[in-house]
Amino acid sequence: MSRSSVLTFTNKGIYCPAGDFYLDPWRPVDRAVISHAHSDHARFGHRHYLATPQSAPVMRHRLGDIALDTLPYGETCQIGYAKVSLHPAGHVPGSAQIRVEVDGEVWVFSGDYKPEPDGFCEAFEPQRCHAFISECTFGLPVFNWQPQQMVMDEINSWWAANRDEGRFSLLAAYSFGKAQRLLAQVDPSIGPILTHGAVEATNAALRQIGYHLPNTVQVTADLDPNAYKGALVIAPPSAIGAAWAKRFKPAQTAMASGWMRLRGIRRRRSMDRGFALSDHADWQGLNDSIRATGAERIFVTHGYTEVFSRWLTEQGYDASIVATEYSDDSLEQAEVAE
Amino acid sequence: MQQFTDLFRQIDSTTSTNAKVAALATFFGTASDEDKLWCIALFSGRRPKRAVTSARLREWAAEAAGVPLWLLEEAYPVVGDLSETIALILPPSDRQDAQPLSAWMTFVLMLADMPEEERKAQILSAWGDLDDTQRFVFNKLLTGGFRVGVSQRLMTRALAQATDLDEAGIAHRLMGKWTPQTTSFNNLILAPSIQDDLSRPYPFQLAHGIEGDVADIGPPTDWSAEWKWDGIRGQMILRGGEMHIWSRGEELMTDRFPELRKALDFLPQGIVMDGEILAYKDGTPLPFNDLQKRIGRKTVPSSLLKSAPVVMQAYDLLEYDGQDIRERPFAARRALLDRMIQDLPPDAPVILSPQVTFSDWAELAALRETSRDRMAEGLMLKRKDGPYLAGRKRGEWWKWKIDPLTIDAVMIYAQSGHGRRANLFTDFTFAVWNGNELVPFTKAYSGLTDAEFNKITRWVRANTQERFGPVRRVTPELVFEIAFEGIAESKRHKSGVALRFPRMLRWRHDKPAQEANTLTDLKALMG
Ligand SMILES: [Zn+2]
Ligand SMILES: [Zn+2]
Repeated sequence: MSRSSVLTFTNKGIYCPAGDFYLDPWRPVDRAVISHAHSDHARFGHRHYLATPQSAPVMRHRLGDIALDTLPYGETCQIGYAKVSLHPAGHVPGSAQIRVEVDGEVWVFSGDYKPEPDGFCEAFEPQRCHAFISECTFGLPVFNWQPQQMVMDEINSWWAANRDEGRFSLLAAYSFGKAQRLLAQVDPSIGPILTHGAVEATNAALRQIGYHLPNTVQVTADLDPNAYKGALVIAPPSAIGAAWAKRFKPAQTAMASGWMRLRGIRRRRSMDRGFALSDHADWQGLNDSIRATGAERIFVTHGYTEVFSRWLTEQGYDASIVATEYSDDSLEQAEVAE
Repeated sequence: MQQFTDLFRQIDSTTSTNAKVAALATFFGTASDEDKLWCIALFSGRRPKRAVTSARLREWAAEAAGVPLWLLEEAYPVVGDLSETIALILPPSDRQDAQPLSAWMTFVLMLADMPEEERKAQILSAWGDLDDTQRFVFNKLLTGGFRVGVSQRLMTRALAQATDLDEAGIAHRLMGKWTPQTTSFNNLILAPSIQDDLSRPYPFQLAHGIEGDVADIGPPTDWSAEWKWDGIRGQMILRGGEMHIWSRGEELMTDRFPELRKALDFLPQGIVMDGEILAYKDGTPLPFNDLQKRIGRKTVPSSLLKSAPVVMQAYDLLEYDGQDIRERPFAARRALLDRMIQDLPPDAPVILSPQVTFSDWAELAALRETSRDRMAEGLMLKRKDGPYLAGRKRGEWWKWKIDPLTIDAVMIYAQSGHGRRANLFTDFTFAVWNGNELVPFTKAYSGLTDAEFNKITRWVRANTQERFGPVRRVTPELVFEIAFEGIAESKRHKSGVALRFPRMLRWRHDKPAQEANTLTDLKALMG
């Protein structure tokens, strides 16, 4: 096995020849190691899955009855000639970086990651490696996140002001990950919290394995909204602005996403407010994390790859672009027309 | 800065007109007189002269952020706004500035007179003292492009609410030539008189477009018709022995049209006329292209004065004998204007915009079809008993334009939009066939829905052949119907033609690229 090919890039996904398995493949394969349970990374149709135990309930909820083995964070398992371990990526509950070692050569695939601890999901742990495959969804220097507490203070005061005016606060957030991070951080003393069914199903899966979330009430057909005046309602972006949300009146709408950092995108959505809260690394976070790996070879994927690889090359890295089929869920969400 | 930034944030984070007006009214109720005056100036487009070029700002911001300039340039089209790009790219800051807006404006004015090195040092240190929203506002003040979704009209309404004054009266006071350095809040808003400024124009009355059946607006006898000219809307003001010309965009244009000064020799003092400035020769209007050559220049070479002379084609009278007569019915104002102008000699620079007589709508519709031959864009209909009102009031003035010219063209380049449309491809270059070659002839960026732009954006990403900075060459496959108001010969364009007001009328999903129009088809439209 040549030292340069611990992982290769194929049209089915990132492949490990030494262990004959794929990382987050987008075509059906025999053996898939999954970084996290978002649908563009954990897809249907593989014969065999490996993921963290924290990812398992959401993957089972989404993919049904799959052949799934779990590997706790930090433990190593041998697959063929490769040693595989999973390490927290700080992106969503259960999310992992996948570390693969063959003959002493270490490659790490970041999956999606966020170095800033959010006090809810397992905090990112940088891994020393020879080659690092990094996402760069927000790989431009204009993306610098404000501290989480600052954004949460804005969200809390938006909610409280709406409550004082007798309005509902409809907050759009991705149903797995962003929604729970918000739930864990908002101030539940402001008022009741209602959730869309898609959000609540994920909540249930996570509560079952010990994640702590405040009390929520699922919105069902027979729920009387007037009994919850001033409530915070968390739902996927597709539900807000659709008939589903019509029952909450009067209401203010908002969206929580890293893209809301840009005024143009904030205004293009017909939401009343946009909160810049992302589950991905910002510019500083990407640069710091890459430096912390000690890797010389960097593969960038998923985002502003051309610009970011040129920047890394100028910084002295051996950087190149890898084409993958992870849809940029956050971008899609920001771009969907209402 | 904080109070004004809070105002900006409130305006920017809502889509409700009422909420915007309320935020502005609160500001006008609480800010100092100096800050109010600056706020009025900024929201009515009275910006201080640019203190620094955008090229310098980009360099300094990249340097302060520790990134190469090319990286800032790559981020700019994604953000869509230079002030915002700079605000976001600078190292994060948690400082906030508490000085008032007027102090910052004084600072911006001072920067213009500094040597470059000092200006740079001052701007870098200012960036360090501001949080990111304040930086954005400060950059907007520096670059002089303060457009944040508040029209002058909304600002005027808020000011009326805060001062308990009449909105139309305030609108009039805000017109004309003033800056925060030449007046005070008290003189401008609370205690003005018409004598304060002999050059002050009236707020313009605007028209709605007729969309359905023209007969719906009422009996033809209630309406007066005239041609709608394709010139520059303006007011000519003769007061105190002087003459001033104001554009609808509230720009003083007197010096651009020196031949109009002769009006002083022919007309009485104490009048204000509303009309259209047209390039005009031998009794007919010249194409807008000729007028265009005059617009950009502050001083006019004599060759241009000869080849593209202008006249004021008057169609309304707002002040007569020093009296504001806007309350009188249109028919009465127009009769007064006719009497004043009809007997002027042919070398007077003011002529009457002729009225179109008709007895029923069908007759007028037939006349409208002749508009293009007369170099007009259609007709204007004005209610005979209507007063002259500020702004666009339904049921008073209607424009009844002729249908646009159209051509089917192939999209060959795409570029992303700005502001609200950053991240979407909205600016396109279109081409027609010349043999086997596609010849670009126009750009267009409006006319489609957001949903269509979303769809095209996805298509452009998947069909990019080549990139040049923000521009992408795409597979020549999509056909659009392009509408425009006029077409004229042009040596500056490769196609040999220049279009007036081009826009996309619809996406021709039904047409393959091979069936788009040809250059010969396009030139045939010149008639
Ligand atoms: Zn993800
Ligand atoms: Zn992803």
